[in-house]
Amino acid sequence: MATRWFGASIPRIEDPRLLRGKGTFVDDIDLPDMLHAALLRSTHARARILKIDTSAARALPGVHLVLTASDLGELLDPSPLLVPHHALTQPRTQLPLALNEVHYVGETVAIVVADSRYIAEDALDLIDVEYESLPVVHSLEVAAAKDAPLVHADVPGNVAAHLVQVVGDPDSVFASAPHVVSETIVMDRGTAMPMECRGVLARWDAHEEMLTCWISTQGPIPIRNGLAAIFHLPEHKVRVIAPDVGGGFGTKIMMFYPEEILTPFAAIRLGRPVKWIEDRREHFISANQERSQLHEVEYAFDDQGILLAVRDKFLHDTGAYTPYGIIVPIITACTLPGPYRLKNYYSEFTVLYTNKVPVSPYRGAGRPHAVFVMERIMDRIAQELNLDRAEVRSRNFIQPDEFPWDVGFVYQDGGPTKYDSGNYQAGLDKVKALLDYNDFAAMQAEARKQGRYLGLGFACYVEGTGIGPYEGAQVRVESDGRVYVSTGVTTQGQGHFTSFAQIVAEQLGVDPKDVLVTTGDSQAFYWGVGTYASRAATIAGSAIHLAAVKVREKARQVAADLFEASPDDIELADGKVFVKDAPHRSLTLGQVAISANPLRYAYGENARKLMLMKLAGPRPGPALPPERGAPGLEAAEFYSPPHGSFASGVHGAIIEVDPKTGMVTFLKYAAVHDCGRVINPTIVEGQVHGGVAQGIGGAFFERLVYNEEAQLINASFMDYLLPTAAEIPHIEVAHVETPSPLNPLGVKGAGEAGAIPVPALFASAIDDALSPFGIRVREMPLHPCRLHELLQQSPGR
Amino acid sequence: MQEREEGPLAFIEESDIAVTVNGNHYERRVPVRFLLSDFLRHELHLTGTHLGCEHGVCGCCTVLLNGEAVRSCLMFAVQVDGMVVTTIEGMAGTNNDLHPIQQAFQEKHGLQCGFCTPGFIMSVHAMLHENPYPSDEEIRHGLSGNICRCTGYQNIVEAVKLAAERLRGQQKEVG
Amino acid sequence: MKPPRFLYCAPRILDEALALLDQNSEDTKVLAGGQSFVPLLNMRLAGPSYIVDINHISELNYIEQEDGYLAIGAIVRQRQIERSILVQEKHPLLIEVVKHIGHMQIRNRGTIVGSIAHADPAAELPALLTCLDGEVLAQSSHGERVIKVEEFFTGYLSTALDPGEMLTEVRFPWVAPQAGWAFMEFARRSGDYALVGAAAVLTPTPADRCMSAQIAYLGIAGSPVRGHVVEDILAGTSIDDSVLEAAAEAAGELVSEDMSDVHATVEYRRILTAELTRRVLKDAWERRSH
Repeated sequence: MATRWFGASIPRIEDPRLLRGKGTFVDDIDLPDMLHAALLRSTHARARILKIDTSAARALPGVHLVLTASDLGELLDPSPLLVPHHALTQPRTQLPLALNEVHYVGETVAIVVADSRYIAEDALDLIDVEYESLPVVHSLEVAAAKDAPLVHADVPGNVAAHLVQVVGDPDSVFASAPHVVSETIVMDRGTAMPMECRGVLARWDAHEEMLTCWISTQGPIPIRNGLAAIFHLPEHKVRVIAPDVGGGFGTKIMMFYPEEILTPFAAIRLGRPVKWIEDRREHFISANQERSQLHEVEYAFDDQGILLAVRDKFLHDTGAYTPYGIIVPIITACTLPGPYRLKNYYSEFTVLYTNKVPVSPYRGAGRPHAVFVMERIMDRIAQELNLDRAEVRSRNFIQPDEFPWDVGFVYQDGGPTKYDSGNYQAGLDKVKALLDYNDFAAMQAEARKQGRYLGLGFACYVEGTGIGPYEGAQVRVESDGRVYVSTGVTTQGQGHFTSFAQIVAEQLGVDPKDVLVTTGDSQAFYWGVGTYASRAATIAGSAIHLAAVKVREKARQVAADLFEASPDDIELADGKVFVKDAPHRSLTLGQVAISANPLRYAYGENARKLMLMKLAGPRPGPALPPERGAPGLEAAEFYSPPHGSFASGVHGAIIEVDPKTGMVTFLKYAAVHDCGRVINPTIVEGQVHGGVAQGIGGAFFERLVYNEEAQLINASFMDYLLPTAAEIPHIEVAHVETPSPLNPLGVKGAGEAGAIPVPALFASAIDDALSPFGIRVREMPLHPCRLHELLQQSPGR
Repeated sequence: MQEREEGPLAFIEESDIAVTVNGNHYERRVPVRFLLSDFLRHELHLTGTHLGCEHGVCGCCTVLLNGEAVRSCLMFAVQVDGMVVTTIEGMAGTNNDLHPIQQAFQEKHGLQCGFCTPGFIMSVHAMLHENPYPSDEEIRHGLSGNICRCTGYQNIVEAVKLAAERLRGQQKEVG
Repeated sequence: MKPPRFLYCAPRILDEALALLDQNSEDTKVLAGGQSFVPLLNMRLAGPSYIVDINHISELNYIEQEDGYLAIGAIVRQRQIERSILVQEKHPLLIEVVKHIGHMQIRNRGTIVGSIAHADPAAELPALLTCLDGEVLAQSSHGERVIKVEEFFTGYLSTALDPGEMLTEVRFPWVAPQAGWAFMEFARRSGDYALVGAAAVLTPTPADRCMSAQIAYLGIAGSPVRGHVVEDILAGTSIDDSVLEAAAEAAGELVSEDMSDVHATVEYRRILTAELTRRVLKDAWERRSH
């Protein structure tokens, strides 16, 4: 079916506003009488609080409120456990302010509200806290050790959760396999670092008895529900708005951060709006992190390079609390089989507490780890058997005619991990072509003669996206013919205002510029979950599509009545509704909308015309006949997928390594990905570019360096190295398209894709570049110093 | 310009400043520790300049001071007394048309969340003024003082190339 | 990250500034470019009660060609140097070094003298000054003194300045026309503080052997390090590969034992310093007139 807007790379509707600096991020909103909050944070990773003296802070001119845990009354309750799970037997969530004990550097201890942020920070300096240090659990190894200190005194062994899943009979397969290898593979902490830090602006309106919060969040609706419960307000008296958000990447889908509870509390208490804007130093020590896992993996394969079985036991670092449950390690376990036929698979993970910032999803959310492990396995199989790395993948790929393919595990959404569609070989073939794979060996050999070390690495992945539970949308044609769309998901730069408009424009025959999309306002659409797990376009997009289809059908019905034609003969295009082959019999979409809303009082030219139009004879029945349903051209629809849809891709890169210095340069980068049908190709490519950049950052530049007191010693942008334009290569993007049969649009998620395979391909490329040295990379991230150390320890140095 | 008071110079905690921002003249009294970034955002309500780090690395706060790109989070409002500041809000042309750089960012999808974008545009403006014919490498190097977490930079580079081409074309028309 | 309270003054005359510095000399800081200082204030790692802003002291805005050295006044911006025709023609090594400092936005405000006074061992200008045997001019309300570079840097972020003194001028000696020079650094990203770096000047004899060598390193100790042992190895030689190897090895030994941080261990820094030495000396020697 030919489409006009769906699949078009139209420029983004939201851009002019942002380009002019007219975006509205939380800190851009200044309300009359507004006060400013600052948080005092623990300087110890684990300690008893012996004493807090806030008297000097309270006395500082300009300070309106200083609170510690003992001042919170019934607010002093652990924050909600967002995603419970039967295996999470020892969940712990955070109090809004620490009572008696702190569990990580950065944990909130006191809140100050003052006339300005400057004065609030002055007051923080005046609060005197006496800590008694306790032994610190500063790493997974320490957490897992016998007789380890305890992060929570009542959680034995620091074990929050333990989950075993099995498919097939791995034990038998291992017993008889021709080849068995075991390795330890490690990934260390990383974090999203959106350019906009977190922020909350809360206002209590005493006249309306309404709490309004602007929050830089990915999930305003659940927060609305939670705040209503916490403050004993009816849900319709709480409004949470995510305005423009300067990047989320998962950091902001963590909900009920202490500040999201404390700021409204202060606003209600003081009767004045209170704003808390996180600064970058705070972000480093209190915005959720991710990525730390330690895998002991065993794998069995045959002489043809077929992977027969995998046994993966891993430790997952959840930090000091488990607010987001065990989503990340579940995703790791489910993602590990990847695009390969793995029918005998044992996965066991243990989630351990450490005295560090809590962990919740960051772009990739457990998939980068799984892909790292599996792609290391594939490379090793190739090496052991002296086979081509791509050939080994090909031999193991699930083929296009084998879908749906059930991995056999329960996915993060409680549904099966069932791949709906894909064509993995096509993806690999494209990457090989983009990188001139077949010519590379010769190029590499030539370069080595000149003392240059080039390497080619690639990685294949399958990514679960588009999970439920559901999203909804309302589509309504307004009397000027523009279309209003609202939905419960949020936007942090993904271009929803454009791609969602394209979906509607396709159905209603309008220009996307005339479709006004609202996301992220709990009052604009009541039901929904949020933007995470690469699901907004798939789930909300599908709901928007369904609603638009309904509106389209109604418009045809109303027009058919007006023109005394059959609805099948009514078409919508260019903002008009007309009879096919009789374009002079037409109305604008706005006129049809007015006509569908019988009103005693006509206003506007359009309405007056229509009123006159219809007076052809006496009205046959009610102005709003039952078969017409509701007035106007409006529909609200929901979409709940049967289970997730599985996107996939292959990335590859050619790098050069300087073995003398350990420095690495990217010479070429190719990203091939399959997210099913694509609404706006430019937007999707932009998502891939951004994901790759975060992947490269996470593989080779960004490291969170903690000392043995679990203090973060590089808590600034001077020492936590975000890649710049000079470090990120040009990224060649190509597509494979295997539509999803699961949703009406045929789309799959794309938001996280770029970040997923990068650690794996980077390791692969380094191994390849330094193969004369016999390097085998088993850890991420790397940096030149560490790479140099590995070289020093390598057999071939 | 602030009048010098008679008598020995004194240390002060507040000061009167007069500054031109985007062609408009402002006179204000400010605490001496009030950062220029906060002055622009919360005193003048020009919220297009954003704060990403407040320690001079990310570039989100970049504005032009007497035509030069500077980090407004590393200056105090009192320091711009008598000077000319241009922020993102001052980039649009007559009739509120988008500046060619802004236009190029739109056409090349050079922004996603938009938070770092004003800082990039101000830096690009300064960069192209100094070097109208930048190579790809010079562009990437020239952009390395601004950090973006969304775009992976590729489309920003394309936007700069397009903007450079268009600005050169404009110059030819004028010259 | 807002700065703590302080009292502020922006004199327009040097004598006024010096008088202000005297008043509370132990608790007063000078504000020039602010590119290193203001981050410390915003992070509340520094909290002087008094700040003297010298940016309006126009008499400190000069770039002068003197006998033996280039004199730069305290409020000259790094970008001014980059754009100065005089410096481009007469001291290209300084231009090359300045180009490596941070980013354009930093150099638009950052000052040459400010970088010297801040004394960060990973900064480029202190190493260059050390390489060239430069000097600084320090003034107070009690007078002035010239401090040679080898006495000026006393440790991490520390200098020989007394309370009440400020730097008003830095003096970069000229590089002989026949000498070859180079500057190189290893950094993780464009514009970062370097892991290690070096400035080198090699002057050939008429017979094309190394008459004198000057090399100074940044990032290998608490202050810039003059590589005398390296220079001794180079003197009198034709700087062939075996000399470069010996020089590289000696250079590695110069890295201080406490130079371990999040980016590099001491061991790795030694490797980098050796490799850097090889490359920067080769570069410098190639640039000589012969």
